[in-house]
Amino acid sequence: MRKRERTGFWFVLPCLAGVMVFYLIPFADVIRRSFQKASGGGFAGMYNYVQVFGNRAFKLAAGNTLCFVAVCLPLLLLLSLTLALLLQHTAASKLFRSAYLMPLAVPAASMVLLWQLLFDNHGILNGILGQNVDWMNTDASFGVLVFSYIWKNLGYDVILWLAGLTAIPGNIYEAARVDGAGSAKCFWYITLPNIRPAAFTIVVLSLLNSFKVFREAYLVAGGYPQEKIYLLQHLFNNWFQELSVDKMAAGSVLLALAAAGFVLLLQKSWDREEEM
Amino acid sequence: MKKGLITLVLAVVAAIAVSPVCFLLAGMLMDNQELTECLAPVFSDGEGFVRWHIIPRYPTLQNLVELLLDAPEFFQMFWNSVKITVCILGGQLVFGMTAAWGLARYQFRGKKVVYMLFIVLMMMPFQVTMLSEYLVLDSLRLMDTLSAVILPGIFSTFPVFIMYRFFCSIPKSIIEAARIDGAGEFRIFLSMGLPLGSAGILSSLVLSFLECWNMIERPMLFLKSKELWPLSLFLPQIKAGRAGFAFCASLMAVLPAIFVFLSGQDYLEQGIASAAAKE
Repeated sequence: MRKRERTGFWFVLPCLAGVMVFYLIPFADVIRRSFQKASGGGFAGMYNYVQVFGNRAFKLAAGNTLCFVAVCLPLLLLLSLTLALLLQHTAASKLFRSAYLMPLAVPAASMVLLWQLLFDNHGILNGILGQNVDWMNTDASFGVLVFSYIWKNLGYDVILWLAGLTAIPGNIYEAARVDGAGSAKCFWYITLPNIRPAAFTIVVLSLLNSFKVFREAYLVAGGYPQEKIYLLQHLFNNWFQELSVDKMAAGSVLLALAAAGFVLLLQKSWDREEEM
Repeated sequence: MKKGLITLVLAVVAAIAVSPVCFLLAGMLMDNQELTECLAPVFSDGEGFVRWHIIPRYPTLQNLVELLLDAPEFFQMFWNSVKITVCILGGQLVFGMTAAWGLARYQFRGKKVVYMLFIVLMMMPFQVTMLSEYLVLDSLRLMDTLSAVILPGIFSTFPVFIMYRFFCSIPKSIIEAARIDGAGEFRIFLSMGLPLGSAGILSSLVLSFLECWNMIERPMLFLKSKELWPLSLFLPQIKAGRAGFAFCASLMAVLPAIFVFLSGQDYLEQGIASAAAKE
């Protein structure tokens, strides 16, 4: 038995060593640096953190990021759940799933040209709407970003919902139908309560995916986009270009804490699922 | 009636989802004159709006041929993308697969801690680890080499998680039977784990491929020299005057991803779903 225990460890060790070298040990260094002065390296206490919180760009970026998540997440979840429910009633489900997943495969870089043509002042969208909105240079840019995020992640979430929905045993529905429950009642009393554990996972995954929307934003609008879509990711990027190691270190630690909090919540929900 | 309505709704959303790819396709087939005409409102600040023809007036492969025969920089970057993707995927197969097997099939001290660690890392946005990655790459003198992009990618823990979920679902009795027959532990991994977990391995490969092919942040920060750039950084740099060229290049970047996506769609779906529901 002891020997087998060691075998398991040997299987994991190479990967673990790599993770240590490239992620863990340097991150420990980042934590150390977050308490150090940028020049000279003396102990700075909470100075860097205070700096970050007092930073105007940080407040703007954090506010925008929160606002973005607050708008996108409910929209995406609702839309994808609706589609997943509808997909259960169609024979061509596979074909539609392919279509919804397609954006996931399309590199952000390939979409840059299209986004420029679509959202320009003289672009296609204004042509269709018959309006003259300057999408990228006014607060409307926020809408463009929301659309990009939903376009990209819709299929991913639909698949997640479908996985959750098919995990609900079919005989519950049959029993309810025999008792005369309509489809609205079935949805309210069976689907919703049973999909809750999956829903939680989906929320967390979508939240973490929302950080990747930076790609579209950055490629279309560059490092300093319109103010409404200046996200935390832009800020980190610009700190990196300026080599503001002190601010970046403090910022990374804060962001890591926030993300770790969500992950722990997710882990709890997985554990509960395993008990069931 | 109700069925028809459902199909209509689904089809409209599907059309919106796929339209950008069709748009690229149409752009690739247009000749330069038609492109200039269509795009004039944006690029030469003319009047009116961009109009788009779903079906080009005179379909031609002229721009595509030009790209394939007369654009060495495109091939350079395409090749860079291929190198990065293949190396990362290969590395994940070696390191990630063994780790997933070890976590899924063995008990050892500290296993729970390692597992938690991998999950937390997998969920971290890139912005959290970017400074630490930079620090280690800089101290290893790897900045501005392809390794700067490849090495951290290999030790991404997301594929480990996907394969772990699939390895866990292999019935214990099969493994025990092999053990009783006297197979060594590594032999069991190779001849039982790999074939029985192949769905999980393919799922993680498909997901990783799409991720690597689309990589933006790492190359942008860690690669200074243009000749090392992957395609995903090159495309946005193409100047507006070369719209035809840009369309072809964009489409050529999409094609491998679409190909992997279509041939691996089942695995992709299984991989995504593995996070939401227990197998």
